[in-house]
Amino acid sequence: MSGLTIKNLHVSIEGKEILKGVNLEIKKGEIHAIMGPNGTGKSTLAYAMMGHPSYEITEGEIIFEGQNIVEMATDERSRLGLFLAFQYPVAIPGVTVANFLRTALNARRRAKNPEDKGISILDFRKMLKEKMDLLQMDHAFAGRYLNEGFSGGEKKRAEILQMATLKPSIAFLDETDSGLDIDALRIVSEGVNALADENLGVVVITHYQRLLNHIKPNYVHIMFDGRIVESGGPELALRLEELGYDWVREKYKEVVAA
Amino acid sequence: MSDAQVLEKLTGQQKYDFKNPEDFVFRAQKGLSREVVEQISTMKREPQWMLDFRLKALAHYEKRAIPTWGPDVTSLNLDDIYYYVKPTEGQEKSWDDVPEDIKDTFEKLGIPEAEQKFLSGVGAQYESEMVYHSILEHLEEQGVLFLSIEDGLRKHPDLFREYFGTVIPIEDNKFAALNGAVWSGGSFVYIPKGVKVDLPLQAYFRLNVANIGQFERTLIIADEDSQVHYVEGCTAPTYTTDALHSGVIEIVVKRGARVRYSTIQNWSKNVYNLVTQRAKVYGNGTMEWVDSNLGSKVTMKYPSCYLMEPGAHGEILSMAFAGNDQIQDAGGKMVHFAPHTSSKITSKSISQGNGQASYRGLVKVHKGAYDVNNSVVCDALLLSENSRTDTFPYVEIEEDDVSIGHEASVSKVGEEQLFYLKSRGLSEEEATSMVVSGFIEPLVKELPMEYAVEMNRLIQLQMEGSIG
Repeated sequence: MSGLTIKNLHVSIEGKEILKGVNLEIKKGEIHAIMGPNGTGKSTLAYAMMGHPSYEITEGEIIFEGQNIVEMATDERSRLGLFLAFQYPVAIPGVTVANFLRTALNARRRAKNPEDKGISILDFRKMLKEKMDLLQMDHAFAGRYLNEGFSGGEKKRAEILQMATLKPSIAFLDETDSGLDIDALRIVSEGVNALADENLGVVVITHYQRLLNHIKPNYVHIMFDGRIVESGGPELALRLEELGYDWVREKYKEVVAA
Repeated sequence: MSDAQVLEKLTGQQKYDFKNPEDFVFRAQKGLSREVVEQISTMKREPQWMLDFRLKALAHYEKRAIPTWGPDVTSLNLDDIYYYVKPTEGQEKSWDDVPEDIKDTFEKLGIPEAEQKFLSGVGAQYESEMVYHSILEHLEEQGVLFLSIEDGLRKHPDLFREYFGTVIPIEDNKFAALNGAVWSGGSFVYIPKGVKVDLPLQAYFRLNVANIGQFERTLIIADEDSQVHYVEGCTAPTYTTDALHSGVIEIVVKRGARVRYSTIQNWSKNVYNLVTQRAKVYGNGTMEWVDSNLGSKVTMKYPSCYLMEPGAHGEILSMAFAGNDQIQDAGGKMVHFAPHTSSKITSKSISQGNGQASYRGLVKVHKGAYDVNNSVVCDALLLSENSRTDTFPYVEIEEDDVSIGHEASVSKVGEEQLFYLKSRGLSEEEATSMVVSGFIEPLVKELPMEYAVEMNRLIQLQMEGSIG
């Protein structure tokens, strides 16, 4: 089963190296969690996956669907099946959630088949309502301007709604738990769990263990100073919950110093 | 009136407009003179008072200097323009002469070929009037007058004379004076007391827009407690070989009446578009201008409301898109003559390439006009490094008890917005055009459905850089 393979990835922002050789393999059907203290490069990894212009890949490969996508434009990566749920989604005033999603969906269909006429309004509405029900969202939400005036919880739900609509094969969720109260966290997690099947690989990026009580990862990785320093099963997350990150800092500070 | 009679009336009108050869024996001659003005008046078989009006306007036009406070219009050669109507233009022009980019835009908008030719002024005949037949009849039953300006003058001389030139006198500005001298084409609308016209009145039924001409003149009178929405223009590019369009739109909003005037301006990019639009609003009346400017080389256009009596309210929603080599100098004027009046100006401008879009607006409160409320909001969106936006808000207040608000914002299409949209599979172009269509959404949603759809399509085309 194909997926995403990251090999020795180095990424710089404005000349400063943030990622210093990340290796990671995600297969469809798997759920990975990347944990770690703040400022160790977790979000950088997510942005670099999507090809943000400020994140320069200086070395390494990202193999997705059998090709190295390092040089590929952001929109192409998306249409190929990569997705990022943003920690801070930006507002697009005047563009409704429904209009945006339909445009995005049609862009994918046209990429596959230039003759495609796009999804019919009726089919689209039906599909969108189903997805919104899954995330316990009011249908009126579809008519609101994208992320404008959304609460933290609404933004995160809107991100998952986009994921549900666009059906990626590999999805990065960047701090999707931040800013959520316990009910919103449960709803968002249930949504992710409902979507996670053998056709979707999920990478959950989080600082805290609490999200992992709801979304059960197969693999847990700890990121420190731009590298993945520990990988294991769910028990690794529990160890972090119990002991915090101090032991990681202690164990790997020599690497940092070196 | 039976269908046959209405049809007869319409075809009669067409005959007058296009076909009657003895009316149009003038030879092509550029430039403006007393003779040209007299010829126009004779051709239209006008009463003496209108000829006098035209000559007075001409005299004023000759006295006034070209305005220098706005965009540079000095490269406009006023001697190199035909000032009289050219009703036979259609036969003189050939489809081959229409620039490729204009044809290309027609194609992309999906306009049928016959209509394309008509819009380019190549074909002078069209069949679409039939469609609007029943609408016309319905209006007539309510006593609504919706005529060409020439027919308005001929058929309703007293009503016409009572209001013509009273909202925008010839002394108003040089180009209004020019229009006064050589006006031709446009609409005459009268809505009787208490009549609410539920469908938007579309200037010249949309298809006829190419014939509105360079010096159109429109007069709308909304009697007490009446209501109308008038739509002018067309999203298809209005192609003309002439370099100047100088229209005058006068609107009288009587007590308790409500008028909305929507414009979609898409002149071809060789045109100087210098237009004067004003409404006089009486007690508790409301005037709304929805003004969108996409085409032309240079546009100077500031729809205005004169708020004459207590309770009068004016609104201007102005949108300008300045693409490469375009200057859109748009905005509005609110002049408060009476107490308890209110007004609001919302301006949205987009600049692309080296385009320049400006908001230029005046808010004036005369002595004695207390308890006045006004707000001005200007938002500008820049799409490129070379594009430019300016804001020129003029405020003149002669009274204390007034509340005036001005907000202005300039934003660039943000890298983060584009990245976000691209991360969902939208191309750079699709992403930019989505941000732009969101930006103008507050204006577009005020337009009738079919215009709104076309407007969005047009903006997309403009973004692709393929518009003529």
